Amino acid sequence: MNLVEQAAKALVLAPAGIPIPQGVLCRTPEEAAQACRSIGSCVVKAQVPTGKRGKAGGIKRADTPEAAADAARAILAMSIDGHAVESVLVEACAAIAHEFYAAVLTDFASRRPLVLFSTEGGMDIEEVAASRPDALRRAVVDPDDGFSQADAAALVRGLDLGAAVGQVTDVLARLYAAYVASDAELLEINPLAVLSDGRVVALDCKFTLDDSAAFRQPELAAAAAREPATDLERRGAAAGLKFIQLDGNVGVLANGAGLTMTTMDAIAHFGGRPANFLEIGGEAYTKAETALDLVLSNPGVKSLVVNFCGAFARTDVMAEGVVKAWESLKPTLPVYFSIHGTGEDEAVRLVRERLGIEPFDFMEDAVKAAVEAAR
Amino acid sequence: MIIFRKHHRVLVQGLTGKQGSFWAEKMMGAGTRVVAGVNPKRAGETHLGVPVFATAREAARTAPFDVAVMFIPPAAAKEAALDAIDAGAALLVVLTEHIPAHDVMAIHRAAARSGTRIVGPNTAGLVTPGEGFVGIMPGHNPNIFKPGRIGVLSRSGSLGTLICLNLTRVGLGQSAFLGLGGDPMIGVTTRAALQALDEDPGTEAVVLVGEIGGSMEEKAAEYAAGMTKPVVAFIAGCASPPGKKMGHAGAIVTGSAGGYPAKRAALEAAGITVVDTPAEITAALSARLAAAQPRTMATT
Repeated sequence: MNLVEQAAKALVLAPAGIPIPQGVLCRTPEEAAQACRSIGSCVVKAQVPTGKRGKAGGIKRADTPEAAADAARAILAMSIDGHAVESVLVEACAAIAHEFYAAVLTDFASRRPLVLFSTEGGMDIEEVAASRPDALRRAVVDPDDGFSQADAAALVRGLDLGAAVGQVTDVLARLYAAYVASDAELLEINPLAVLSDGRVVALDCKFTLDDSAAFRQPELAAAAAREPATDLERRGAAAGLKFIQLDGNVGVLANGAGLTMTTMDAIAHFGGRPANFLEIGGEAYTKAETALDLVLSNPGVKSLVVNFCGAFARTDVMAEGVVKAWESLKPTLPVYFSIHGTGEDEAVRLVRERLGIEPFDFMEDAVKAAVEAAR
Repeated sequence: MIIFRKHHRVLVQGLTGKQGSFWAEKMMGAGTRVVAGVNPKRAGETHLGVPVFATAREAARTAPFDVAVMFIPPAAAKEAALDAIDAGAALLVVLTEHIPAHDVMAIHRAAARSGTRIVGPNTAGLVTPGEGFVGIMPGHNPNIFKPGRIGVLSRSGSLGTLICLNLTRVGLGQSAFLGLGGDPMIGVTTRAALQALDEDPGTEAVVLVGEIGGSMEEKAAEYAAGMTKPVVAFIAGCASPPGKKMGHAGAIVTGSAGGYPAKRAALEAAGITVVDTPAEITAALSARLAAAQPRTMATT
């Protein structure tokens, strides 16, 4: 889950004691004008969870309340990278002397937190990493030891930070503490600016909450930005199902992420187009009825593959759900089954007797038949 | 010790719960030596014929174990894992999905300090046909798993089950099934599992089942380049759109990283046969085994 800049600054950076500019979250041009009246010269920034705001024109400078209202009006009408702009942050203008980059993220390869710092802030950090790798400092952190200001000093040693070095190392140590306290997957400040008066301030902030930690970060989870999703995807999420709608013609219902991806691959391999990702593995195997409803509600679906290979998930329970849903929804499109593993005999019997359908022995044959039927 | 053996003594954390009981019974039925369980609220009781302890550390004193397997919900997983690690588990099988990433890092850190091997998180477990299994695989089902000489390693339990079933149907039994888990930060990596099967004298050839996301398959390819045992691979996620997590937290393509083409190219460059669908695995494997036969004869 991602937070927009304002939420990340207010809920993650500020409590950690990292300096941020004075700012007000505004939902209307009038609010933006009011904010500018109290702040003075300001920047009006679209609050959407994407890094493409600047290039899309979602960040404008305003020196008067009227200009702030105009900027807010223009930005609030935008949709950036699929996100409709619902609010803007009106923030005090800063006289920037230098722009740095600072981040803490979960490094999957080392299975450790990773602290990043660069004096080349303000731009795309992947470009810096690719074009000038020595300009990007990295520290893999032992989570048992944490990351102190002394560790930060070691990380930036040799870089020309001038008088800002103490403030920068303080921010880095605080940023690590905030990463830990907030169950972050990514906590990034770009730019971390040195102002002309010498202060070090976080001008932007990107925060991704670890989805699995949402249960113990209720405040952050509640503040998470809405991701672009189709109506069906929202219905799936509300039912606790991971449903991804695709532009295809063969619907997929399988258990387990690996088997679901494989079913989609087979559909593509035999010349069809998968219409969705939807797995009902794990505890979700009892939700086959809701799942089938979702798959069939996708308008492009011309045929359906049901591919079960039960380990933890019981195929008899899943088949029961599918049969019940089929009997109540009465769909007319063709469906092709392959069923193996835990509960197989009972599952096959259910499908055979209640739907009059004989499951295929190999999933590839069920997929081929479904692709053929969808043509 | 990544391959499960019948002499391994197993501790089941969460033994008395619904899933813990269900699967512990199946494991025992398949030959697994379950020696004790853990549930702080039911310490002192006997469940499924084995003693229940408050902690893994207490269990270790009177019922020593080699392998711990966790039937524990995400919020309690870190504490249970650290308990098993402290208790000296040589191998810890973490079935739990959706453990907070910061907790997963703490578990791996503690395990590295004590020398515990972690399988998972979000694994379906380990099966050694004819010996036993730990986890939530149908290891007790003889139509799916059969003793033999093919080692199978898989990030996914459901897909791994299908592939073992396909092998069994053509008479290719398995020396071991190693479920590695769908999380982005797993303990035993694809590379480590491949090495374990390479070093296992009971394994003649390997089926590597990977998926998009991360760089596990690329790293395994580096090891495979030096192997003489045949390896056949299937990588799931060829048709998955980039930028979307495909159920497994680890299965996501960001930019070109973790994408299908790079994984396939790396595996093929290492001499691995990569197939397009699971059903093609058995034929590819038989062909590789037939081709390997004369060379084995010549070198012995």
